[in-house]
Amino acid sequence: MASFIDHIIGPRIEQSDRQSHAIRYGTPGFLLLLARILLLVSLFVPYWHMELVAPQYPENLHLVAYVNHLTGDVAEIDSLNHYIGMRPLGEAAQIERTIGVYVMILFVLMIELASWIHSRWAVVLVLPVVLFPVVFLVDLHLWMSHFGMNLDPDAPLSNSVEPFVPPVLGTGMVGQFKTIATPGLGLILSSISSVLILVGLFFHRRAYLPHFKAMKAEKAG
Amino acid sequence: MRLKALQSKFLLTAAFIAIGTGNTNAQSINEVQKIANERGLSTADLLAAAKTYTPTGMKDEYVIFSSGGHSGQVFVIGVPSMRILRTIGVFTPESWQGWGYGVGNEILDEGNVSGRENRWGDTHHPALSETNGDYDGEWLFINDKSNARIAVIDLRDFETKQIIKNPLFINDHGGAFVPPNTEYIFETAQYNVPWGADHAPMSDYKDNFRGAVTMWKFDRKKGRIDKAKSFAIELPPYWQDIADAGKLASDGYFFLNSINTELATGGFGVEGEKNPPFEAGVSMNATDYLHIIDWKKAEKVFEAGKYTMIKDFPVISLKDAVSEGLLHLTPEPRSPHGVDVSPKGDFVVVSGKLDPHTTIYSVEKIKKAIANKTFSGQDEYGVPVLDFDSVMEAQVEVGLGPLHTQFGPDGYAYTSLFLDSAVARWTLGGDYGKLNPEPDWTLVQKTPVHYNIGHLGAAEGDTVDPDGKYLVAYNKWSVDRFVQTGPLMPQNFQLLDISEQGTEMPVIYDMPMGIGEPHYAQIIKADKLKSWSVYPEIGWDPTIQAVNPWAPRPKSERIERKGEHEVEIFMTSVRSHFTPEHVTVKQGDKVTWHITNTERAIDATHGFSIPVYNITLSLEAGEYAKFEFVADTPGTFPFYCTEFCSALHLEMMGYLMVEPAE
Repeated sequence: MASFIDHIIGPRIEQSDRQSHAIRYGTPGFLLLLARILLLVSLFVPYWHMELVAPQYPENLHLVAYVNHLTGDVAEIDSLNHYIGMRPLGEAAQIERTIGVYVMILFVLMIELASWIHSRWAVVLVLPVVLFPVVFLVDLHLWMSHFGMNLDPDAPLSNSVEPFVPPVLGTGMVGQFKTIATPGLGLILSSISSVLILVGLFFHRRAYLPHFKAMKAEKAG
Repeated sequence: MRLKALQSKFLLTAAFIAIGTGNTNAQSINEVQKIANERGLSTADLLAAAKTYTPTGMKDEYVIFSSGGHSGQVFVIGVPSMRILRTIGVFTPESWQGWGYGVGNEILDEGNVSGRENRWGDTHHPALSETNGDYDGEWLFINDKSNARIAVIDLRDFETKQIIKNPLFINDHGGAFVPPNTEYIFETAQYNVPWGADHAPMSDYKDNFRGAVTMWKFDRKKGRIDKAKSFAIELPPYWQDIADAGKLASDGYFFLNSINTELATGGFGVEGEKNPPFEAGVSMNATDYLHIIDWKKAEKVFEAGKYTMIKDFPVISLKDAVSEGLLHLTPEPRSPHGVDVSPKGDFVVVSGKLDPHTTIYSVEKIKKAIANKTFSGQDEYGVPVLDFDSVMEAQVEVGLGPLHTQFGPDGYAYTSLFLDSAVARWTLGGDYGKLNPEPDWTLVQKTPVHYNIGHLGAAEGDTVDPDGKYLVAYNKWSVDRFVQTGPLMPQNFQLLDISEQGTEMPVIYDMPMGIGEPHYAQIIKADKLKSWSVYPEIGWDPTIQAVNPWAPRPKSERIERKGEHEVEIFMTSVRSHFTPEHVTVKQGDKVTWHITNTERAIDATHGFSIPVYNITLSLEAGEYAKFEFVADTPGTFPFYCTEFCSALHLEMMGYLMVEPAE
């Protein structure tokens, strides 16, 4: 059992060794710390914007998605959407918005943990974090498809609007509205965080691989 | 301001340079010239167009708040475009705003006279609220001459919030005017009557008919006149005319002129009567009296309890006003109309419409004459009369029929000339003399206007800080200026460019005013107004400027029967439906209808109307309204949204079913 845990967490490094190769061992630690900070900051800024452009809204309508809430002209967009029978936006992604912050905190802890694990198992821990920006967009796309494709057939304008799915990034058209979807700062920060994690892991692996091999060889020997 | 000027210059320049660009859509100055030739427009006309034309999306620099005369309303107009921005329903019901057809009824009822509904008014003199003598853009007050009432309008939503009836007199003209910090709203009587308009024979005129100035205390926090802290000062029955509050050098004073110091009682036209008509009787004396009232002193006298209750309202008697030294008179050219205080408060300009001069009084000299008791005598009511020569500073011959005066930033005064049908520009003396090249107290220019100018307004031209730039002549007649629309002609608002010094002062726009007969109007810089674009929260009650706890919310819509003959309806409106759409009551039910427009989008107004029951509302985004009626007529009544709100606007309706009683 102990050997299994050893195998998972990988070799431990002597304090003196760590001090004499500060760059080697510090670099992955620093990159992963930065990734954690960026993830935390991203909680406070928008992940996604959608702008709806139509003649009678000179300042356009705006939808802003955070990890845990939706803001902007939600009431107005809902009141327009009721004509085509789309459900209120507040009903979308309720679970995601409820647990979003906790998941992000879990992510931060997982990166923290990963930096203590000197084997390739570290990759398993950070993989969900690395994929998070993509998962966010895919989830958003699935909700938009779900809402856009399941319109109430009894709605006032159900005959005049075909089911639709606005692009999750880029521009589209719905009725007289042009939709412009762009990533928010949060999504950008979490994407940078993913890159930092990957680069961090590369250096992490480079720093600890010789020790890992040595440990294995020792065991085998 | 400068940017706007640049933009309008840019317009013309753009037309000139466009020819040089390779743009396929390029419009050239040749086209401008071609159209100018076709339409017979001069270079001056094109220049005027460039100064006033306001393309879509460009906003006006100034806003006029105009009285509506006997339309009983206030009009809001943009400058320099001279486009009507909106009407504000005040004393007269106005169905577009629903004013008096379901909303505002209680406020209109506050203005009932002796228990009778009076559903019109004669608005004359708007007064924007001031802070330190400058417009602050928060409140607007206006009088109703015909029934002596004052209305308070909130400039956050441009709606009337209060109408107050004067208990002492039945007719006012010297209102509304405010002191530099809007502590009070002044209202003075014009056609004098016995207190409370009680009956008395005309032979009692001298003894029983009275003038008065009422000082309505304005509670800015509540946005209402506080009647309990208001009072009046008794005045002789001289037909007090128009007024102005002192500022800076004259802060604490209130100036008021009068027409009928002859105490004429008319009576012309009945066989056997030998009296001259009012028009002659009132114009006999060579001079009338300028009233000089120390209102800060009057406030102290009132607070000391030195007043009597007349018609349940505190009045400082004429006797006490004289003994306390808060009222003085001084002669002014006969039948004066305007009395206007200069920007620094140091001069008072009076124009007698039958005298071609404006007469300028020095405030410093007035104060000195009061202190030294330099009286030429007293009037027949015992009011001391300041010696004219001791208080007069200058007289300027401006032309025939001078009425009202406004001021510019550069030492110019502008006086309307009714008979000459012109605006006169003339120079002030004293500290103002160095601001322009012309000698002091001199006529500089007269620009003809069309026709018969009454009041005039310069941009912020009655404040401590006039802007100049624009002046509007509020002409009474238009005669031949517009396409004939029947024998009732529109008035003519003419915009003058007063930005250049000297004799350059052209008319640059004519605006027909075919919706009322305005008197005075004030012009405020547009950026001082802080109007709401939607009501701050859903369920907002404009009568209390707060969310009403009774306001229906989405999902709380319901119909509640309260006892045998009472029904309460809680309804919401949103594009494009009312909830509920079916409302059934019984004949004879007293119906209380609450309705909230739950929209948050700018301009998403819904109307709400019920036929037969005379109900129409305007519900702006977020607004809550309540109305009541007795469902005495049985039948099937479609209610609907009167404001074209959305693509499915026609579908926004429902049915009120009134079941016949057994």
